[in-house]
Amino acid sequence: MANNEFITPAKAARGLGSARAGTHDHIRQRVTAIALVFLVPWFIFSVISATNAGYESAAEWAGKPWNAILLILTAGATFYHMRIGMQIIIEDYIAKTSTRTALLILNSFAAIALFVTVALSVLKLWIGAGA
Amino acid sequence: MSGTNRANSRPLSPHLQIWRYHATMFASITHRITGMGLYFGTFLIGAWLIALASGPETYALLEPAFTSIPGQVVLFVWTIAALFHFATGIRFLLWDGPHIGFEPKTASAVSVFLYVFAVLGAVAIWATILWL
Repeated sequence: MANNEFITPAKAARGLGSARAGTHDHIRQRVTAIALVFLVPWFIFSVISATNAGYESAAEWAGKPWNAILLILTAGATFYHMRIGMQIIIEDYIAKTSTRTALLILNSFAAIALFVTVALSVLKLWIGAGA
Repeated sequence: MSGTNRANSRPLSPHLQIWRYHATMFASITHRITGMGLYFGTFLIGAWLIALASGPETYALLEPAFTSIPGQVVLFVWTIAALFHFATGIRFLLWDGPHIGFEPKTASAVSVFLYVFAVLGAVAIWATILWL
């Protein structure tokens, strides 16, 4: 602490010091992981069953309120978690600034676009089921 | 993104060849590899849900990709990867939080067990779904 009193935050950042956000992703990765501990067992079992059940049964399954809620919760936690995970891998192994930046942006766009599309698909199935 | 070479001057994560061959090292690397695999697998599952919401005609086009033998094999491998990543993930939470199972001998034994758990768990799930 004593040392920090003599350098401004900008000076610390330029010296590659802490930007005070280092644990942000680490904590969010673990919070989404805790959510997924509960969601993933249900999801694995349900998805394998539904993919093998034919259109009618699968659409009926996804349209039930509880399944639709759990599907959107699983999608939200998964996309947040996988986005941070891939971001860490990119940051770990891609040193070139331009490539790294492009991949980080692509990673965010892909995860968010997939979340929105999947969430709307589940909503459509739910509304379509007339629940 | 202010400094032009900022990323270059920061240290990268240690690469694969730096680690000594060990059960915990394999489990850690498999956790990351399964994580990457699941990233792309999620897009496939997402495509299935989108096809389902698009209606019976679109679904009929995509359904063989999941119900054919190659599709079922991919789903089975996905199950193993998901269970492995799930189990190592819980172990990371136990290591980080209450420091459970962090002793070297326990950690090594659990690492081997996690591979067995992932494969047997996937077999059990598929057997339950296909034969019940």
